[in-house]
Amino acid sequence: MESWLAIVVGFMYAAGFFMLLRRSLMKVIIGLSIFTHGANLLLFTAGNVTRVGDGVQLPIVPHGAAALTGAYADPLPQALVLTAIVISFGIQAFALVLVRRAYQAVGSDDLDRMTSTDTEEGALLHELPRRRGSVRGFLPWRRTRAA
Amino acid sequence: MDTLLVLPILIPLATAALTLIAARALRIQRALSFAGMASLLITGVVILLHVDEHGIAVAQAGGWAAPYGITLVADRLSALLVTAAGVVGLATTVFTGFSLDRRRERASFYPLLNVLLMGVCGSFLTGDLFNLYVCFEVMLMASFVLLTLGGTRAQLEGGLKYLILNLVSSAIFLTAGGLLYRAVGTLNMADIAEQVAAYPDTGLMDTLAMLFLVAFGLKAAMFPFFFWLPASYHTPPPVVSAVFAGLLSKVGVYALLRTFTMMFTGHLAFTHTVLAVLACATMIAGVLGAVAQMEIRRILSFQIVSSIGFLILGLALMSKIALAGAVFYLLHNIVVKTNLFFLAGVIEKLRGHGDLRRLGGLWRERPVLSVLFLVSALSLAGIPPLSGFWAKLVLLRAGLEGEWYWAIGIAVVVALLTLYSMTKIWALAFWKDAPPNEFAFTGRERDVREKSARRAMLPVVALTVVTVAIGFLAGPIFEMALATAEQLLDPSQYVTAVLGGVS
Amino acid sequence: MNQSSIVLGTAVRLMLPVLLVYSLFLLQRGHHAPGGGFVGGLVAAAAFSLVALSDGPGRARRILRVQPLRLMGLGLLVAAGSGVVGLIWGDAFLQGIWPKWAYLPVIGKIGTPFTFDVGVFMVVLGFALEVFFTLLEDE
Repeated sequence: MESWLAIVVGFMYAAGFFMLLRRSLMKVIIGLSIFTHGANLLLFTAGNVTRVGDGVQLPIVPHGAAALTGAYADPLPQALVLTAIVISFGIQAFALVLVRRAYQAVGSDDLDRMTSTDTEEGALLHELPRRRGSVRGFLPWRRTRAA
Repeated sequence: MDTLLVLPILIPLATAALTLIAARALRIQRALSFAGMASLLITGVVILLHVDEHGIAVAQAGGWAAPYGITLVADRLSALLVTAAGVVGLATTVFTGFSLDRRRERASFYPLLNVLLMGVCGSFLTGDLFNLYVCFEVMLMASFVLLTLGGTRAQLEGGLKYLILNLVSSAIFLTAGGLLYRAVGTLNMADIAEQVAAYPDTGLMDTLAMLFLVAFGLKAAMFPFFFWLPASYHTPPPVVSAVFAGLLSKVGVYALLRTFTMMFTGHLAFTHTVLAVLACATMIAGVLGAVAQMEIRRILSFQIVSSIGFLILGLALMSKIALAGAVFYLLHNIVVKTNLFFLAGVIEKLRGHGDLRRLGGLWRERPVLSVLFLVSALSLAGIPPLSGFWAKLVLLRAGLEGEWYWAIGIAVVVALLTLYSMTKIWALAFWKDAPPNEFAFTGRERDVREKSARRAMLPVVALTVVTVAIGFLAGPIFEMALATAEQLLDPSQYVTAVLGGVS
Repeated sequence: MNQSSIVLGTAVRLMLPVLLVYSLFLLQRGHHAPGGGFVGGLVAAAAFSLVALSDGPGRARRILRVQPLRLMGLGLLVAAGSGVVGLIWGDAFLQGIWPKWAYLPVIGKIGTPFTFDVGVFMVVLGFALEVFFTLLEDE
């Protein structure tokens, strides 16, 4: 079981890195998400995958008992994976919004065209236009109320 | 004790929540944020005094004993850094109120700033590897939004580069943590330190050390991974750059300091040689970038990379004096870098841009601003008797004692080039006459900008005083840095404090 | 979202209370069984998102009544507050405190882990809706 999981993890890392190296931003984000989930699966695998049938208990103290006796599964990696999934959910939601905004601003999702941070010399890159409502989206995810 | 260690996380969290609820009232948000940062600073000082007197302080969240529960630990390094975070947070809050445009300020700037500080303080205090990951993510989430707040094209592009590389780093961190857990069966840093030392397979531990090096090196902007920093740090408003420059990249350095003084110390000849080589490459790459740029904040962004190199060099030398030098340099750099970005912000406020080719005549027009800039710039470049000089002197001496002559040679050249790039800003923006066709603000616009710039000088003056104080109080502060280095070099203190000598 | 389908609208009107009750059920169940504030919050967010899809985000905001960001702030306060309770009346931050008198008929025992979960519920609901509404309003 573990060797299968290890192979899957390796495959996900490979696929994730391949996608990360693409020029299209959307593919990069998909690659990131595959990569992150590979890491989650690795975390899961790292916690010794066991099955209840093999004489291992659930890591829950039964009613009336004070502590667990005998072998039990390691609950920690699952808690870690859960936390990591929640975090990556939040960040990927934000990343998608950001990609969308960038697509609207640049007119393309090609990373090779996103060079204004390096090429626009002498401009104040954060200065907002004077007219209200002319910047689409103020918070990266919020539309400006047009005046 | 418990209360004290929880406060640096709890205060920014509560402030963030309250400022979110008071979303409409800007004045209340400012006052809340100011009060929160001030109490954070006070807490930092109290923790520092406590740790100085009673040794390493430990709190177990939820009452679960280490290594099973989540541990908060404050040794001297953590306490010093929490205090520094308080200073930067306070100065940033004041600077924001005086300089940031209202639209950004209203769009939940203060909640984000406080969440950022919560992540930073949490990273400094946690004694658990996975918790460090969580604090990193909290901090990154806030920084993503702060960086792109306003959503101009450059901000979005810079933000994307920053986001993608930091997510890769997080995934690598998670991988390394998972593999380490598989190998040693614990995530408590003190416990890991003991288990790694006893682990039979050093090859695996070296591999893991390199994985952590990549993960933290990406966050700290170390040599092969630094490209995201100069691509994004000059795009947001100056106040955001300032808090990022002062705190964010330093958290990566802190994580490296923790990992490579406590956990992976079994194979110094390998790990710390890699660190030294990368440190030198970081210094060179950063300073060459800084020399080539023609805009104030771009120069300063590359300077961050170069100073990260100095810090890691101190870690790589791994002697008491070298680590003390690194700690001293860390404190000095947090204050000075923040202040320089504030100054760049004031200049941009006055002139509308930070392009050295189109700037000039600031010395004649604004002598006070010029002197303040000169103090910080010379301090960064390492001119006696300012703080940067002592930091670099100590590092050089440590290098000579450890006979790392090639690294010292590189460090000296880099220090000279740093001085050159700071002189360039001085000569072109302050000393040179204003270019004849320079664009100038007129009328009401000019008055508003002048007033805002005058007020924004308040935190600048305060931080300059701190810089000068670090320079003149170099003796006592260096004593403290030495004590910190002693603690770092003797992880058994940390381990005993956390595990209580049970295992 | 200028036109919405009648089928979706009717279904949502029927589903909304069910989903909200179900989210509360998940929240209450969370302490001893699968469930909890995070899942509950997501289900509640899904309920409001369905309203936003069928009748527009303005209508969903009116039904929610609280601004999502403010909900996040309140949730953070509740969660942090339940941690502080452990600090004051217990031994450590975030320690679980279950007062004897705190008992409600349907919900059962009330303790700081439960209130912490309520905080998480609010934060997740607020965050998910803030992102979703503004993406919709941007269309």
